[in-house]
Amino acid sequence: MSTATGPGELSLAQALNAALRDAMGDDDRVLVFGEDVGALGGVFRITDGLTAKFGEERCFDTPLAEAGIVGLAVGLAMGGLRPVVEMQFDAFAYPAFEQIASHVAKLRNRTRGALPMPMVIRVPFAGGIGGVEHHCDSSEAYYAHTPGLKVVTPATVEDAYWLLRDAIADPDPVVFLEPKRLYWSRERVDLTTRSAGPMGRAAVRRAGTDATLAAYGPTVPLALQAAEAAAADGISLEVVDLRTIVPFDDETLMRSVRRTGRCVVVQEAQGFAGVAAEIAARVQERCFHSLAAPVLRVTGFDIPYPPPKLEHAHLPTVDRILDAVDRLQFDDEPDLRHTGMAA
Amino acid sequence: MRLEDLLPSPEPVRFVAADGTGTASHGACPRPADDRLVEGYRRMVLGRRFDTQATALTRQGRLAVYPSSRGQEACQIGAVLALRDDDWLFPTYRDSVALVARGLDPAEVLTLLRGDWHCGYDPVATRVAPQCTPLATQTIHAVGLAEALRRNGTDGVVLALIGDGGTSEGDFHEALNFAAVRRAPVVFLIQNNGYAISVPLARQSAAPALAYKGIGYGIGSEQVDGNDLVAVLAVLDAAVAHARSGHGPYLVEAHTYRMEAHTNADDATRYRDDDEVTRWAAADPLARLRTYLSDRGLIDDEAVRTAEAGAEAFAARVRTALNADVPADPRTLFDHVYAEPTAQLEEQRAQLVAELDAREA
Ligand SMILES: Cc1ncc(C[n+]2csc(CCOP(=O)(O)OP(=O)(O)O)c2C)c(N)n1
Ligand SMILES: [Mg+2]
Repeated sequence: MSTATGPGELSLAQALNAALRDAMGDDDRVLVFGEDVGALGGVFRITDGLTAKFGEERCFDTPLAEAGIVGLAVGLAMGGLRPVVEMQFDAFAYPAFEQIASHVAKLRNRTRGALPMPMVIRVPFAGGIGGVEHHCDSSEAYYAHTPGLKVVTPATVEDAYWLLRDAIADPDPVVFLEPKRLYWSRERVDLTTRSAGPMGRAAVRRAGTDATLAAYGPTVPLALQAAEAAAADGISLEVVDLRTIVPFDDETLMRSVRRTGRCVVVQEAQGFAGVAAEIAARVQERCFHSLAAPVLRVTGFDIPYPPPKLEHAHLPTVDRILDAVDRLQFDDEPDLRHTGMAA
Repeated sequence: MRLEDLLPSPEPVRFVAADGTGTASHGACPRPADDRLVEGYRRMVLGRRFDTQATALTRQGRLAVYPSSRGQEACQIGAVLALRDDDWLFPTYRDSVALVARGLDPAEVLTLLRGDWHCGYDPVATRVAPQCTPLATQTIHAVGLAEALRRNGTDGVVLALIGDGGTSEGDFHEALNFAAVRRAPVVFLIQNNGYAISVPLARQSAAPALAYKGIGYGIGSEQVDGNDLVAVLAVLDAAVAHARSGHGPYLVEAHTYRMEAHTNADDATRYRDDDEVTRWAAADPLARLRTYLSDRGLIDDEAVRTAEAGAEAFAARVRTALNADVPADPRTLFDHVYAEPTAQLEEQRAQLVAELDAREA
């Protein structure tokens, strides 16, 4: 990408762009299309330069119709192509929901495997960027609740690249949720190697012993900040970046919680019936005897996403995470952690 | 209905050429009365000034974002002038100028873009639906409201605004079909400004003109020079009269141009060249109307000065209102999610209040 600064330093947006470019270079079947993805390079510039490099046949602007974009992708996938479509913003993917829920997610199952749907639906999602209404929704639960879809959300620059490569190569449809507020975060990375596991595996981003923070996408950096702050108070928090919501990596998270005995799930989305609820349920089902406290959630409120001036009050904060950690009953019970009586 | 009755004119209806001289390509539509054109001029001056002011406020960080109406004032003022007070307007994010021209409080109009709340004005009191961002979704609401007006025994009409890009969305087509089948008193005005963000019309539609989109649904349609207020108003007058008299919906395509980038956050140099913008500047709707009216002795220098002074005073009001810091209260986040807050919302409100109190203490 022409805007890359020093060697090795990339923004998350640039890493996504590189992943698309490399996937298109490696496989002629990969097509990129959507609204404003051509000359403009996408409103977030994720598709910058792809039309110039690969031509109009490979990266193109469509008419403005999300149901049409995903419906077209279904037909192209039936014909052996590998569509990677862009929904301009989270809430603007809703017109495509029928195509996604009724066809993208089900065609493999309905046809006993004859019509797999290898495609990626990229969705810039969630808030924290001062966006006006319909530009900040956290819509992951809708997709995660739809069997047949895989749901992925990167939180690091390296993951942006590799998880998108994995998603494009995957035989199943992947809803790829890009945390808007992390688009501009930068890291020095070497994209020729990968340090985290493949799509489908969670990653421990910070090791800790007292409690586990489970986070994904936009809340991963927040959880890391909270862990940093807690460390100053002598509390050691482990941070697990889920990376992939579906399929869910029970193993990595449960291994962590069995060790720490406490868990807080952090998500930006409104809490009710959200992904954090699913995670909390899974943890208590699998780690009940290791838990010293109820699994807590830190989430957005159960309200429509607020206007820019009020989003700060809605979004999870370091303080809210630390408050939740405080409520993990460290004082209420004898501390069994070092007695060998805890699992 | 005969196909010929549905077809738009082969060329856009025009009363005034780009240089302000009168033309004769306006078919059957009568010219609107002089006093309405003079009033239209006054509101266009005001609308243009408001638009410049709003754009300036984005630079000062007073607005989160502003989609400019510059160049499209004839469409937006024409739409407002064609409606009675008891008619309804369904605008998009692009149409702030139409709203202030309808007399809405500019600070309430800009509430959304300022980031204070979503819809800042009372849609029922103003008979202006909330400015709509999810493209084309407002068009089917307009049909429903038009039907409600009829069921309520009034002869009110609904005018729905939509952009060229929005006509590609399925909702627009469902709205046209519903409107036609249910004979709803609704007028659809497409402001074809040439672009949907970066995507030019040629990639949006292969139709000879967007005005032809009505025909397949049985909707009478017309196309008009969207930078000619006289023509826009003449055509919309006819469309509104058609809908009001029980003949069902009508579709108008106005050919216009978005002079600014999509919003202040957009970089238009990536997809269009300056020459194109310069060419359209020569077709400016405001200069055109001023020449036309002054050539006919309908306005003089004094009238121009008065209109401009009024607009200047209006801009000063907008500045004062927008420069005032209105604190947004997080406690209100839980209001109006439901008629009565749920127990869970009350719990969450209490949690937030405790947090805020702790911070203040
Ligand atoms: C359903 C939906 N998809 C995408 C968007 C993002 N978006 C906002 S404005 C716009 C272009 C609309 O173009 P047009 O209808 O021509 O209106 P204009 O902005 O030119 O007035 C797009 C793609 C949206 N608001 N809603
Ligand atoms: Mg347009």
